[in-house]
Amino acid sequence: MTISTAPADSTILVLVDHTGGTVRPPVLELLTLARSIGRAEALWIGDGVEPVLDTLAAHGASTVHRAPADARGLVPTVAGTVAAVVERTGAQVVLLSSTFENKEIAARVALATQAALVVDAAGVERVEGRLVTTQAAFAGTWTLRGEVTTDRAVVAVKPNAVPALAVDGAARPDVVEHPAVPTQAGPDVTLVERVERAASGRPELGEAQAVVVGGRGTNGDFSAVEDLADALGAAVGATRVATDEGWIGHEAQIGQTGVTVSPRLYVGAGVSGAVHHRGGMQSSGTIVAVNSDPESPIFEIADYGIVGDLFTVLPQAAAEIRRLRG
Amino acid sequence: MRIVVCVKHVPDLQAERAFTEQGWVDRTQGDGTLNELDENAVEAALAVAEELGGEVTVLTVGPQDAEDAVRRGLQMGADHAVHVLDDAIAGSDAFGTAAVLAAALRALAGQEPVDLVITGMAALDGLMSVVPTLVAAELGIAQLTLAAELTVTEGSVRVRRELDHATEVLEAPLPALVSVTDQSNQPRYPNFKGIMAARKKPVTTWSLDNLGVDPQRVGAAGARTRVVEATPRPPRENRVLVTDDGEAGVQLAAYLVENRLV
Ligand SMILES: Cc1cc2nc3c(=O)[nH]c(=O)nc-3n(C[C@H](O)[C@H](O)[C@H](O)COP(=O)(O)OP(=O)(O)OC[C@H]3O[C@@H](n4cnc5c(N)ncnc54)[C@H](O)[C@@H]3O)c2cc1C
Ligand SMILES: Nc1ncnc2c1ncn2[C@@H]1O[C@H](COP(=O)(O)O)[C@@H](O)[C@H]1O
Repeated sequence: MTISTAPADSTILVLVDHTGGTVRPPVLELLTLARSIGRAEALWIGDGVEPVLDTLAAHGASTVHRAPADARGLVPTVAGTVAAVVERTGAQVVLLSSTFENKEIAARVALATQAALVVDAAGVERVEGRLVTTQAAFAGTWTLRGEVTTDRAVVAVKPNAVPALAVDGAARPDVVEHPAVPTQAGPDVTLVERVERAASGRPELGEAQAVVVGGRGTNGDFSAVEDLADALGAAVGATRVATDEGWIGHEAQIGQTGVTVSPRLYVGAGVSGAVHHRGGMQSSGTIVAVNSDPESPIFEIADYGIVGDLFTVLPQAAAEIRRLRG
Repeated sequence: MRIVVCVKHVPDLQAERAFTEQGWVDRTQGDGTLNELDENAVEAALAVAEELGGEVTVLTVGPQDAEDAVRRGLQMGADHAVHVLDDAIAGSDAFGTAAVLAAALRALAGQEPVDLVITGMAALDGLMSVVPTLVAAELGIAQLTLAAELTVTEGSVRVRRELDHATEVLEAPLPALVSVTDQSNQPRYPNFKGIMAARKKPVTTWSLDNLGVDPQRVGAAGARTRVVEATPRPPRENRVLVTDDGEAGVQLAAYLVENRLV
């Protein structure tokens, strides 16, 4: 077994998630994190990297790699592209943000490049030359620190692991073009249809700094939840009960089978705090709960609990926040 | 149609869960169950077999207790069960687990072709959601993961999946691997008949040797990460619980401002 003693100037490759030509916010956090463990380089798959070069550089990318995208964007193909760039650049660490698709990409890249794999990391650091990651486990009730025992690692990091910090006086990065990965003779999967979800106008749930969540207690009326979210500039989330009832789209579901969030502020309204739900939010910074039942389990994990009716507490809080901000 | 479902035995979510000193999931509590999300996988397989005809095999990799997971699958209605059991598997990471599952699937396919592999969307202990893609990669078959809806015909499979920013419909010829989400169906409860019938169904046990898997590749020996510390999260401090007296919303706003959360 080799113990990773990668020097601090090793290449850290950050996979850039982008939609509509813009870089998704967690990528900037990953670049910040990358700089703390080595030399940050970015990988953009697809066209249209020119307009974002300055943003990537400002957050520490010294080089931007570009590779052509496959129209279907399927996991095995994207992973093949990333793995090829890893081999060509000799990158020792690959960082990407921990979404369901990226976790699969991470797994395949690690398989192809004999790298260690860590998903849902809440932190990455170098300790005496070794890569050490932090993860929450068992619905956020345990914290694990793990050491990478190979020379290479692929780490999928949860949003909000670190604040994104810009660097001073960044130069325009070098752009390195990579060839398309030949389509492997392999299983043939057809993309029959792909419907992009319209942007909600609110922050993305998985990336937001603040999230307001409605549960069964809303009884289908999310107006108070949305109003407080807008006063806070927060994303709107839901429990599975609320999404199953069709009160809000499935993409809003927080929990073990939905989105995992770790915002600075989580507000749960009419949410009981079932273990499946806690698994997706318990590592949040500050947890606020508004629930009419004082016995509700969510109060066991709330920093600030209010026993009360969400339909009176939330509008009052929203109005007061707007008033205080002028 | 021959379908194999991968099922995992995990500590009960509602019980006190813990790690051992080595940083492995503590499986000695004796209150393990079939991973809830794998019930959706078994249900999906049974529904396809009922519609198109065929057989369902449940497959698990894990310690002695893991037999309970395949037993539960048999009670739900699966026809056959395979348990890969070997001390060398302990401490496996996702690569080790996937390699063993892939070897077992190859062995099953060697007996009679496997058309479809179905898995759950995540094991509720590690919650990695990576074993399905790794198994598909090892076997070189198509992956259609996170299916919220599944349609299987004699020669192909179609899924609808809801991703962070889009909804997709994918189709592939068989054989293929599908992972299903908890949205895809409502798992059945084993009935009395199912429980009685399961008693008569044997569980085939295979060792790594039976599968020709190198023990060095799996288990703690083959793992690429090592847990150096596992600690229960300390309880949150300075917790406040108030009862609304008509001013709680105003107080909440003040608390958020004071803590720089707005
Ligand atoms: C395999 C599996 C996976 C699951 N995955 C998830 C998941 O990912 N995410 C998830 O959320 N759930 C998940 N669940 C479901 C989970 O177990 C719970 O059923 C669910 O989280 C409960 O949602 P809830 O809190 O909205 O509803 P309830 O548990 O019914 O709680 C509603 C709460 O609202 C309070 N209330 C009612 N009226 C008011 C009012 N006017 N003002 C204030 N409070 C009020 C009540 O006191 C109660 O505490 C999963 C379940 C299974 C079996
Ligand atoms: N040890 C195992 N034995 C059988 N199936 C497994 C095992 N581990 C994972 N799986 C399957 O892979 C899915 C995802 O697991 P994971 O990637 O660990 O979250 C599970 O829902 C199971 O279907």
